[in-house]
Amino acid sequence: MTERPQSVSTWLNTRLPILSAFRREYVEFSMPRNLNYLWNFGAFAVVSLTLLILSGIFLALNYTPTLADAFSSVETIDRQVASGWLIRSVHMGGVSMLFAALYVHIARSLYYGSYKAPRELVWLTGLGLLLLVMITAFAGYVLPWGQMSYWGATVVVNAVNTVPLVGKPLASWLLGGEGLGNVALHRLFVLHFVTAFSIIGVIVLHVATLHVTGSNNPTGKDLTEPDQTVPFHPYYTTKDGLGLCLFLLVYAALIFFAPDFLTLSDNYVQANPLITPSDITPEWYFAPFYAILRAVPSKLGGLILATGSIVILFALPWLDSSTIRSARFRPWLRVALPLLFLAFLALGLAGMSPPSPFWLWISRAAVAYWYVYFLGLLPMIARREQASRRKEHF
Amino acid sequence: MRRLFIASMLAFPAFAAHASTPEQRGLEVFRQVCSSCHSLNHVTYADLGELGLSVSDIKAYAAQHEIPDGLDDDGDPKTRPAHPSDVIGSPYLTAGMARMANHGGLPPDFSRLAMTQKGGIRRIIDILVSYTSPPEGKKLPPGSYYNTAMPHLHIAMPPPLHDGQIKYTDGTNPTVPQMAHDVGAFLSWAGHPHLHTRHRTGLFVLSYLAILSGFLFVLKRRVWAKQTKKLP
Ligand code: HEM
Repeated sequence: MTERPQSVSTWLNTRLPILSAFRREYVEFSMPRNLNYLWNFGAFAVVSLTLLILSGIFLALNYTPTLADAFSSVETIDRQVASGWLIRSVHMGGVSMLFAALYVHIARSLYYGSYKAPRELVWLTGLGLLLLVMITAFAGYVLPWGQMSYWGATVVVNAVNTVPLVGKPLASWLLGGEGLGNVALHRLFVLHFVTAFSIIGVIVLHVATLHVTGSNNPTGKDLTEPDQTVPFHPYYTTKDGLGLCLFLLVYAALIFFAPDFLTLSDNYVQANPLITPSDITPEWYFAPFYAILRAVPSKLGGLILATGSIVILFALPWLDSSTIRSARFRPWLRVALPLLFLAFLALGLAGMSPPSPFWLWISRAAVAYWYVYFLGLLPMIARREQASRRKEHF
Repeated sequence: MRRLFIASMLAFPAFAAHASTPEQRGLEVFRQVCSSCHSLNHVTYADLGELGLSVSDIKAYAAQHEIPDGLDDDGDPKTRPAHPSDVIGSPYLTAGMARMANHGGLPPDFSRLAMTQKGGIRRIIDILVSYTSPPEGKKLPPGSYYNTAMPHLHIAMPPPLHDGQIKYTDGTNPTVPQMAHDVGAFLSWAGHPHLHTRHRTGLFVLSYLAILSGFLFVLKRRVWAKQTKKLP
């Protein structure tokens, strides 16, 4: 009467098919054969985020979110907690590595048209991730309560305050009414790890949407022949593995041999609301947006242009109507898009330099190009391409 | 070099009493000179073990300091001798008292000074050796001292170092430049916690990853070798 004995894995799989799902999505999953190393950067982001969350848990065990003790609890982690310096470095280095990986990841998606049909949802969930990562990074940077923590947060709070009608009530509601005080610091601490953990959920969505359509590839063309694809394992497990190892090499070189490169030394002075630092500089990954804030004489205008520069990306799949995905086959884009990357880099440099007329005008030109590219150039190039395609057709 | 030194100290304890590193001498300068005004609010006595101080020396150093310990049953403030796990802290009970004792200026905390001082250790040393007597007729603001390293040629800190001011236990001649460099080494150590361990661990991690990269490179090539058809 009893059934034939089964292996544990069959038993589990017939009740909850996670093993076959894993096989389907990560072993047999069909991948384009011609991906270059730029397709490694999504995996880099996953690994940086994992390290951030693991190290973050151990930091949270030793961190105190109060004005009186925040700064010294971080010093204690760096000095007295066993291996605390290592955990903290992994966390601080992880932020820079995550942002670097994300910016390359986004640039890759822009260049090869990965944001287009049928991958719009991959793009949109990706942008959701970018926003969550930015909120998390901002909240996290306030926690050590150094001079840059405090004054950086002040810049952001002041910017929010300029929003007509809702700005002031919103800021005071979020901060608990007493400005950047104990209540605000405690809330930012909670916000920091709530957003950090919710990122995991959104990554699951991001990768799930990608696995519905499969990966794009450098030609941007749909792959139809069976010999154009390979199974994920062992091909991309080894290729991602090699890439990851090199990524970790750079990561390790930074945290062990250039730790000061990852932070601004001013943040090792405890926050003092009475002393404004001579220049408030953001971390490099926020520098482009800070440059936009500074480039506009009106505070509200700066805020609108800075947030708009990201919001506009949500519309991208519909701004670019061309059916050609990869810039490889879009000669005009091959000129216009690298200029966009250049504008982003220029904004980054401008945001990290002390304000001067030179950088001010560089920033203004770069912001202008950012908007002209997305609202003018790209739609125009796309329309021309579609028109010439139709001509070819007849 | 330092590891060799620490190892030799363990082997020859008698010798250890005389030999010393710049950081250890810098600690002597700190204890006898700087610590009468400057604080080390985040460094504990026990942390000094990293410089090669023995546990008993650390205990003795800590025990010299009385620190606040709450209130007794009558509500009067109590004190107790510091433990090795306490921070070395400030010579003043409050920032207000520190200002009062220093013409309104607050002597900066030393814990991260090596990092936060513009120009770093070299600038600190430069300031320490740049006190001279002011030129004829030069008027200085009250409570300030002539110092050629400062942009306005004066500083609120009275000249802290003088030749022969302290006695080094290893017999080094305590000239002003000698003491300035030693205290610089000490501040550098305090400002970059665990730097030595960081570099050593880093070297290990980097070698491990480099070797692993080599293996993964070979593995990836072998796996992909089956795909011979030219890629588009
Ligand atoms: C925490 C942040 C993120 C993680 C962990 C993540 C992870 C991944 C992974 C693992 C892949 C597959 C491998 C690859 O193509 O590189 C991927 C693909 C993709 N991601 Fe992300 N991503 C993140 C953020 C973003 C952002 C900010 C965007 C764009 C705004 C984005 C857009 C895309 C697109 C379009 C693809 C498909 C690429 C293709 O197949 O050509 N991702 N992501």
